[in-house]
Amino acid sequence: MDEGTEISVTIAQVVQRLRGTHLHSQLEKQAKECLHRPEIKLESLKEDVRNFLRASGWERKLQNAVYRELHILPPPAHPAATPEHTKEPLEYMRKAQAGWEKRILKSLNSMCTELGVPLARKRPVAEQRHLTNKWNEMGTDEPDLSRFRPVYAPKDFLEVLISLKNPNHDCSEGLTARSHWGLIQISLNIHDIPQMREAYKELSLNCGQLGIDDHAHVPPDLFESEHLRIGKKVLSEQDSAAAQQYSRQGCPTGLRAQLWALILNATNEPEDIMHYEQLKAAVIHHDLLVDNLIYKDVKLTASNDDYYFVFEDFLYQVLLCFSRDTAVLEHFSYNSATPPKSYIQGKTGAEEFAVVYPPNGVIPFHGFSMYVAPLCFLYNEPSMLYSVFREMYVRYFFRLHSISSSPSGIVSLCLQFERLLQTHLPQLFYHLQAIGAQPLRIAFKWMVRAFSGYLSTDQLLLLWDRILGYESLEIVAVLAAAVFTFRAENLMEVTSLASAEAVLADLSTLQVMPLLQIFLFATAI
Amino acid sequence: MAGKVKWVTDIEKSVLVNNFEKRGWIQVTDTEDWNFYWMSIQTIRNVFSVDTGYRLSDDQMVNHFPNHYELTRKDLMIKNIKRYRKELEKESSPLAEKDENGKYVYLDFVPVTFMLPADYNLFVEEFRKSPSSTWIMKPCGKAQGKGIFLINKLSQIKKWSRDSRTSTFMAANSGKEAYVISLYIDNPLLIGGKKFDLRLYVLVTTYRPLKCYMYKLGFCRFCTVKYTPSTSELDNMFVHLTNVAIQKHGDDYNPVHGGKWTVNNLRLYLESTRGKEVTNHLFDQIHWIVVQSLKAVAPVMINDKHCFECYGYDIIIDDKLKPWLIEVNASPSLTSSTANDRILKYNLINDTLNIVAPNGEIPDCRWNRSPPKEALGNYQVLYDEEQAMSENTDRDLRSRSGQSLGSKSTKSGSVRPVTATWK
Repeated sequence: MDEGTEISVTIAQVVQRLRGTHLHSQLEKQAKECLHRPEIKLESLKEDVRNFLRASGWERKLQNAVYRELHILPPPAHPAATPEHTKEPLEYMRKAQAGWEKRILKSLNSMCTELGVPLARKRPVAEQRHLTNKWNEMGTDEPDLSRFRPVYAPKDFLEVLISLKNPNHDCSEGLTARSHWGLIQISLNIHDIPQMREAYKELSLNCGQLGIDDHAHVPPDLFESEHLRIGKKVLSEQDSAAAQQYSRQGCPTGLRAQLWALILNATNEPEDIMHYEQLKAAVIHHDLLVDNLIYKDVKLTASNDDYYFVFEDFLYQVLLCFSRDTAVLEHFSYNSATPPKSYIQGKTGAEEFAVVYPPNGVIPFHGFSMYVAPLCFLYNEPSMLYSVFREMYVRYFFRLHSISSSPSGIVSLCLQFERLLQTHLPQLFYHLQAIGAQPLRIAFKWMVRAFSGYLSTDQLLLLWDRILGYESLEIVAVLAAAVFTFRAENLMEVTSLASAEAVLADLSTLQVMPLLQIFLFATAI
Repeated sequence: MAGKVKWVTDIEKSVLVNNFEKRGWIQVTDTEDWNFYWMSIQTIRNVFSVDTGYRLSDDQMVNHFPNHYELTRKDLMIKNIKRYRKELEKESSPLAEKDENGKYVYLDFVPVTFMLPADYNLFVEEFRKSPSSTWIMKPCGKAQGKGIFLINKLSQIKKWSRDSRTSTFMAANSGKEAYVISLYIDNPLLIGGKKFDLRLYVLVTTYRPLKCYMYKLGFCRFCTVKYTPSTSELDNMFVHLTNVAIQKHGDDYNPVHGGKWTVNNLRLYLESTRGKEVTNHLFDQIHWIVVQSLKAVAPVMINDKHCFECYGYDIIIDDKLKPWLIEVNASPSLTSSTANDRILKYNLINDTLNIVAPNGEIPDCRWNRSPPKEALGNYQVLYDEEQAMSENTDRDLRSRSGQSLGSKSTKSGSVRPVTATWK
């Protein structure tokens, strides 16, 4: 396809997606109503209406909505390409993902049978009333969860990634030293440091950075004050694209919540609040098996966390609502994963009796709640917290637990991490590999959670600023490599996996931005 | 001179002992010669009592002021603060400015409080003004949440006074079982729907001139049970009291974090959800009320040169982000509930010792009490009266040459009549 057709295909797609949205009807309404205004003249109708929509900020809203669609739209494919191909172009990846899904579903079903718990059931009225009253303090109502275990943990997932093989590539031939160093056995197009220096030029040594240039000993006049001023301007302009660019150098704490919402085009309008209330009603009406998994996960992770225990109840609310949100299903058009299906009792296998389970198509795993936890520092309104989390999930987090060839996908991150270490710290890599402490075995859990629960919250937010700013999770792999580099000296002295893990056990004192900057821009290449 | 410090303690806590041992100090008993005595408040009473007639020598230091209770007993603190306000008012100090409702603009930082039974009539009068309010009863001399209960009906207090008169109520003459009753802050700031209070550590090395330091690593103590202002929950102390000693008995107590959240977390959360200006203003106000409470007791405090004191300040923040001083503890708990807690308390003692016993050498009570900046650790200077005086003199000179400063300060509270030095 040439560029012209590509653009027109994209435009058509965006128009199609926005047609019929709430924004669409609002724009129409505004356009109609403005006809009564004196400045709208018949002879220049089109131009005047346009000017009005621009001046009243509606054009900006449309722009932000288009921008949002461009974010999640898959690159236009060949007209003959199948929907599967759009989800994931590589067949062996698709197969691996399907196999993994089958395993998860099987384990979920066997848990159901073993425990005699139905996948879903309507709550009796008394129970509904009880839950309504307890909505804000679900943490105090502790159901017996001892029989439930997470469906899978990151380390189970890692085993699957390690076993990935490209059938078109015969590993026995062309055996290079490199291919057997690491755990990931396939090749994907990943970046080297010179390429990343180009891509992340706002992080370079001569650019001001929040997380470095806002330290107490740096006079605010050098960078911080001006950056803050620009941040306020970006917010007053309500420009999603500008906010994203701005976020590359970090968001000031006091503006971050608004800036992220702007980047993600997440709003807290009456219709958003209504949507949230509907989800809440759905939780109150029906009990799902996955609810127990969510409870269990929060109890195992956030409830014991020094930073996040305070938000335990918010996490239940957001995650339970999330599991009921069928709007999440949309993201499966560009996610290599496919929502699991379950059948109405007695109709197993009959497609017409198949339902997506859970309703949002996402089965939570051990650590899932950590995707929400840091956001609780930014939003104290549950419906807003929900909107932002859902958008973060359908843009980024889903990629961290589905098998795909996307540059932001977990497979690429693993490979990226291994290649960076192999290239720039070969001795360290060799040493760790020799003592049976494959670096990826340690770093994997950090990357699956985008470091949530490992870094201190202020540092984590600085990292996520850059994820949003660069629209990519690649930086997560870079940070993982930078952490190993930072602790290289100690790691060279360890002689076992356990002691290597001990050296890297506590990341809460790390300063993210200096680590990234030094790794990307001060490493000899 | 270069001898080793001989230390005694009657509080066998590892965070203390480890700090002394790390400095190579030598443990002795209280009957031997000692230089440094970290003692309980019971012991300090004996040391300074008239009967024992103990005289401390220049190379001896203790961790309490003789009459610390002027600040750390709930009733006396209130009495001193009330007196302090009146004095400032008499001097027509700008600090004593009142708003249109007759409330102090700068000095309204403790909830309305009365002594019982002494101020019973005053309390009834106040209670009748707002009959739906909730009040909290606290015994004056007890800590860790012991003996505390809430009331919202006058009949409850009548019953209490009847019961206690027939049993152990001796307040009228001895003052030992006296209670204070304070207006309960029923609109506390909630985070994640939970109520919390702040525990901050403040070190005072001298009262006249006043020199005090704020420890940066304070923490929030969270209730494990959701906060509901409903009166049916009045009996559930887990909802209302945040003391770890009380919370530990709750079913939901988590031994990993112990319901404690660092002040840094609080700041990050407030700055993210409410903005930087209001957050800074809140912390400024907190520092302000600590300084004012110390100034209120400074005139009555026996400023013994052998003494220093590390106080535990309990502060509650309401939903309008106004901080309220609840009480001050003379012996903040040195028991560690979690691993992080142990590190914090170890460092607290370490940094305290670095200031009051510079370089771990034998103390000299005539020391200049001006530690170098590097020795402060996690402490920051909160107020240094000497320095503030000289700044004021400078400013007076400047204002005399230029325009006058004016005796009335602005209402916003952002322009304070006195330059404090925590900034």
